Amino acid sequence: MTAFLFRLLALIRKELLSVLKDPSSRVILFVPVLMQSMLFGYAATYDLTHAPYALLDESRSPASAQLLAHLDGTGFFRRVATLQSPAEIAPVIDNQRALMVVRIGPRFEQALMGGETAIVQLILDARNSTTANSAAAYTSSVIDAFNTEQLQRRGGAAPPLTLQTRAWFNPNLETRWNFMPALIATLSMLQTLLLTALSVAREREQGTFDQLLVTPLSPTEIMIGKAIPPMLIGLVQSTVVLLVTRFWFGIPMAGSLATLYVGLAAFLLAGVGVGLSISALSANMQQAELYTFVLLMPMMLLSGLTTPVASMPRVLQMATLANPMRYGIDFVRRVYLEGAGLSTVLPDILPLLGIAAVTLPTAAWLFRHRLV
Amino acid sequence: MTGRGRAQDGTPDGAAQGGFWRRLLALTRKEVRQLLRDRSNLAIGVALPVLLILLFGYGISLDIDNAKVAVVVEDTSPGAADVLSGLQLSTYLTPLPVRSMQEAEALMNAHAVNAILRVPGDFSAALARGDGRLQLIVHGVDAATARVIQGYVGGALAQWGSRQADRQAALRAGSGTAATAAPFGSVRLEPRMWFNAANTSTWYLVPGLIVLIMTLTGAFLTSLVVAREWERGTLEALFVTPVRTTEILLAKMIPYFVVGMLGFAMCLLAAHFLFEVPRLGSLWLLLLASVLYMFVALGVGLLISSATKNQFIASQLALLTGFLPALMLSGFLFDLNNVPLVVRIVGQALPATHFLELLKTLMLAGDVWPIVVKDCLILAGYAVLLLGAAQRVTRKRIA
Repeated sequence: MTAFLFRLLALIRKELLSVLKDPSSRVILFVPVLMQSMLFGYAATYDLTHAPYALLDESRSPASAQLLAHLDGTGFFRRVATLQSPAEIAPVIDNQRALMVVRIGPRFEQALMGGETAIVQLILDARNSTTANSAAAYTSSVIDAFNTEQLQRRGGAAPPLTLQTRAWFNPNLETRWNFMPALIATLSMLQTLLLTALSVAREREQGTFDQLLVTPLSPTEIMIGKAIPPMLIGLVQSTVVLLVTRFWFGIPMAGSLATLYVGLAAFLLAGVGVGLSISALSANMQQAELYTFVLLMPMMLLSGLTTPVASMPRVLQMATLANPMRYGIDFVRRVYLEGAGLSTVLPDILPLLGIAAVTLPTAAWLFRHRLV
Repeated sequence: MTGRGRAQDGTPDGAAQGGFWRRLLALTRKEVRQLLRDRSNLAIGVALPVLLILLFGYGISLDIDNAKVAVVVEDTSPGAADVLSGLQLSTYLTPLPVRSMQEAEALMNAHAVNAILRVPGDFSAALARGDGRLQLIVHGVDAATARVIQGYVGGALAQWGSRQADRQAALRAGSGTAATAAPFGSVRLEPRMWFNAANTSTWYLVPGLIVLIMTLTGAFLTSLVVAREWERGTLEALFVTPVRTTEILLAKMIPYFVVGMLGFAMCLLAAHFLFEVPRLGSLWLLLLASVLYMFVALGVGLLISSATKNQFIASQLALLTGFLPALMLSGFLFDLNNVPLVVRIVGQALPATHFLELLKTLMLAGDVWPIVVKDCLILAGYAVLLLGAAQRVTRKRIA
């Protein structure tokens, strides 16, 4: 038993040294995580702020001015151009100078005063339809508020019905709150997976793997020795993102740290298992890299990181059941934002352990049995 | 730049000029063989784009439909049912009747519903007093879905409100009492979605996927090719032959360029036939744009490869500088209009951002010349810069 531990420790030490002795490897494993978590944290938002709009006000009346004051007062939009004629609409949208054009017709005030419905036209650049839809929704809520106010000012009754909205776990409905906890899992997984996938492939390519195989180490020991260092590196990376999330972006953590780390360990174990299997399968580093990227793209896009799993077609939702990233992201969100305990997140942890239980023995078996 | 390097390249006599094509051809043949020897390369260059575009074109969508809302009605009067009737009509929401608040909260905790709409017991009475309150609780973890649900529920109730106002006005008119206020119309919004008549996120996600796929084939396949030769020492062996750096790099680019463009053609076919994404701009411009971006991607890969001379570092760098920024910062998912200035500057500095803008414009909007010219020039600039840098870095090491 002591001999086993001794051999294992020696191998782990060697693996850590071979990754960390090179200064550029050290930099590349820890600095980008910090930068990315900040950059992506700021980038990840579907919420409109200061969206550029252009105005074509053919009415030039007090009523239209009032409506525009409402629109400018929200902070969602900023006016970048005031157009003089309908002919100017197309260029402004085509060249992406403005996301939308608000067009108020010449009869706007007369229509309102006459008790008719006055139409405000909104022309949106839907090259990004998500942004266009939210711009339309924001504008429409501005107009609703305007209508209500006008009605009340003229002695109409207050609307009889109000909707009181409350959001659980994310009071201001910020996309960042949804995104940053997911990054705690995602960023560490990406580099860990690549690191592991290259580890055996590199030794194969350089011929040192055969030397490792003739040492007293058993394939299982080699597998454990190769699995632990990337997990440690992954945990450090997760910690970096966790610190940025908690202290830079100030997103409060609801769950317990112990639970979080238990789950992260299971998550990284599954990732390392996948990585080692790739590594054992590939003959050289280029193959290992390619297989990794082939897996990473679907894993990331079908993980719920950026788009909810529930919006995917049923077949793909089933496919996500084999995706460790899906469980990892769901797990971190539940623990971090919802404060879920270990028993609640077992449905996330068990599949991760299952993936590890399949991939790690496969890798160990492939170490010896792959025909090079 | 060393004087020696320039002198080495600067002696083209007639024989050397003739030798250029011969050497380039020989080297290219060697690279092609090396690429083809490993079948996985070709499979990844050509089959992968198709697989990815199928998977993601059908798989990822930012359109939310059938969001589940648990409806707890504690007030059984017909008034409450009337208010809620608007919800049934919406295709975006699936109302799920639930008996009690506890049950609804349990469903929400289990992520079985995205929101709870509660009609309190005294709702009808309060509504009669003009103070009806409905409670909407959304699951905030998925903030985007939560906002959409909030919008839809609000919209459905607003429709009820305006129906109600019409009814009351009709009543007042019927009873013959004089209107208390002067008639004042309301403003209605008429939104028109340009460039995306179907109003589907697939149309703008597919161009983004093409960018990702071309980055993958261009930058990743090449990021290892020079580093590998350095690691194995075969590049030094090449240097003692008469071939020049330019020829080595060109020979390394050509096969991967062909593979990348094949992948692009596959993507374009899939976009057209499977997802029916329109192509309003000219095909030639689209091809020009993709050729330029392919050079940029190859430049990134070759530069990484020759600068690091180490396959491990090269692959990590390719992941960090190629794939992740193209996914997160190019405007593929997150609109750069909404991000803080610093992030926008970083995003604008990425070639992928400009290629994506170009693709979206050429496919969805048509030949908008100011954008086409600007982005093509930027891409061409990057291509020259990156390939020049790759050549310079490789040459420096010889001297």
